[in-house]
Amino acid sequence: MSNPQQLRYSKEHEWLSAAVDGVSTVGITEHAANALGDVVFVQLPEVGDTVTAGETCGELESTKSVSDLYCPVTGEVTEINQDVVDDPALVNSAPFEGGWLFKVRVAEEPADLLSADEYDAHIAG
Amino acid sequence: MSSSPLRRTALDALHRSLGATMTDFAGWDMPLRYGSERDEHVAVRTKAGLFDLSHMGEITVTGPQAGRLLDYALVGDLSSVGIGRARYTMICREDGGILDDLIVYRLREQEYMVVANASNAQVVLDALVERSAGFDAEVRDDRDAYALLAIQGPESSGILTSLTDADLDGLKYYAGLPGTVAGVPALIARTGYTGEDGFELFVAPSDAEKLWQALTEAGASAGLVPCGLSCRDTLRLEAGMPLYGHELTTSLTPFDAGLGRVVKFAKEGDFVGREALREAASRAEQNPPRVLVGLVAQGRRVPRAGYAVVAGGEAVGEVTSGAPSPTLGKPIAMAYVDAAHAAPGTPGVGVDIRGNDEPYEVVALPFYRRQK
Repeated sequence: MSNPQQLRYSKEHEWLSAAVDGVSTVGITEHAANALGDVVFVQLPEVGDTVTAGETCGELESTKSVSDLYCPVTGEVTEINQDVVDDPALVNSAPFEGGWLFKVRVAEEPADLLSADEYDAHIAG
Repeated sequence: MSSSPLRRTALDALHRSLGATMTDFAGWDMPLRYGSERDEHVAVRTKAGLFDLSHMGEITVTGPQAGRLLDYALVGDLSSVGIGRARYTMICREDGGILDDLIVYRLREQEYMVVANASNAQVVLDALVERSAGFDAEVRDDRDAYALLAIQGPESSGILTSLTDADLDGLKYYAGLPGTVAGVPALIARTGYTGEDGFELFVAPSDAEKLWQALTEAGASAGLVPCGLSCRDTLRLEAGMPLYGHELTTSLTPFDAGLGRVVKFAKEGDFVGREALREAASRAEQNPPRVLVGLVAQGRRVPRAGYAVVAGGEAVGEVTSGAPSPTLGKPIAMAYVDAAHAAPGTPGVGVDIRGNDEPYEVVALPFYRRQK
């Protein structure tokens, strides 16, 4: 698996796209999706919610477990991916593309987001 | 958890070469899944799946009083089991609490094989050895003598037929016979834990890889896939089959678990737990304890073991197993629920899922029954 170079990553295995007009897209990494197994339910924040970096903002349910979704940045949610709500398997089949989770207008980024290479090292460690 | 290293089955290298995600199960490093556990589940329901179950604990009991010993040590009537047949049974404590559920195969007149859950194999072995005092019978630890492969699903009979001369048509459910599969000596049993037709093959560990490869090749065109323990759990849950540590524990008797039928009071001689089980039976009849029921979600959030079942704001039970059901397309659970709320269709029953009361429908078990 390869983690896209243009994204940045949290140690909790979320990815964050570069902002376009101040808005970034958030998802979970392929590594995280593989560790979860088949995702069957996603609970996302709502549009308009303020989310805070490092805090939980949703849940991902797989066959064996439920996992918290952590927000990699602080900001306001501008859009959620209804396709992934309707078909959570997108998280497994296309975690970096059609399986994105929500978009956020970034107010503040934590200093410790990882580059793709740093994230590779993090999950290898 | 103990810090001792995980035990590996004879197929360990093969699982890794197939890219399996491994998990610690009762001290064994076992395949959890190879790819998508949902795809594996569906393969077993519609085609066939191949499992490594070598963690299961085999204990051989031999001797002139082997049957008598098992009648005394277990709750079933094992001396009445015909040669070549198997029986689902339990081993209980003196107080009636369930130590394990077991499948016992009668291999010969004076030879039985007891198959225990991996997590309880030592406990069962110790109990059988202790209870064998005074019987002309020998209890032998055969955990390392066998690898266990299971082929399960509607295509399994056809796949296995191509690899053996054994009379599979004559092999009934819950029967086992010695034979040869792909040139490998095997005990061929028509048993499983999936709710589908299927076979369990007990072989020497040194033959396990050869047998796995032969089954994989023979099954490829029929859609056979390797399957991990994750789908085994959802398959047995849909089939309403209990899992020790979830639906069965030492604090429950077979009657509490709705499985009082495995206790054979009519058999000859005394058996461990008889008095306590008699009381448990009458208690269950007069003042039923909680009842094991099925729950089907109306929403999409998944109940997990330990979650409270609620009605009218009160806890009325507890989930013992829960998972998204690939067959039903909804979350399902087994739960012990107060008798007043246990009837199928009882209104107002929910599960407290992390603080939210989610509506659930009470249904009779099993959730899934194969078409014969």
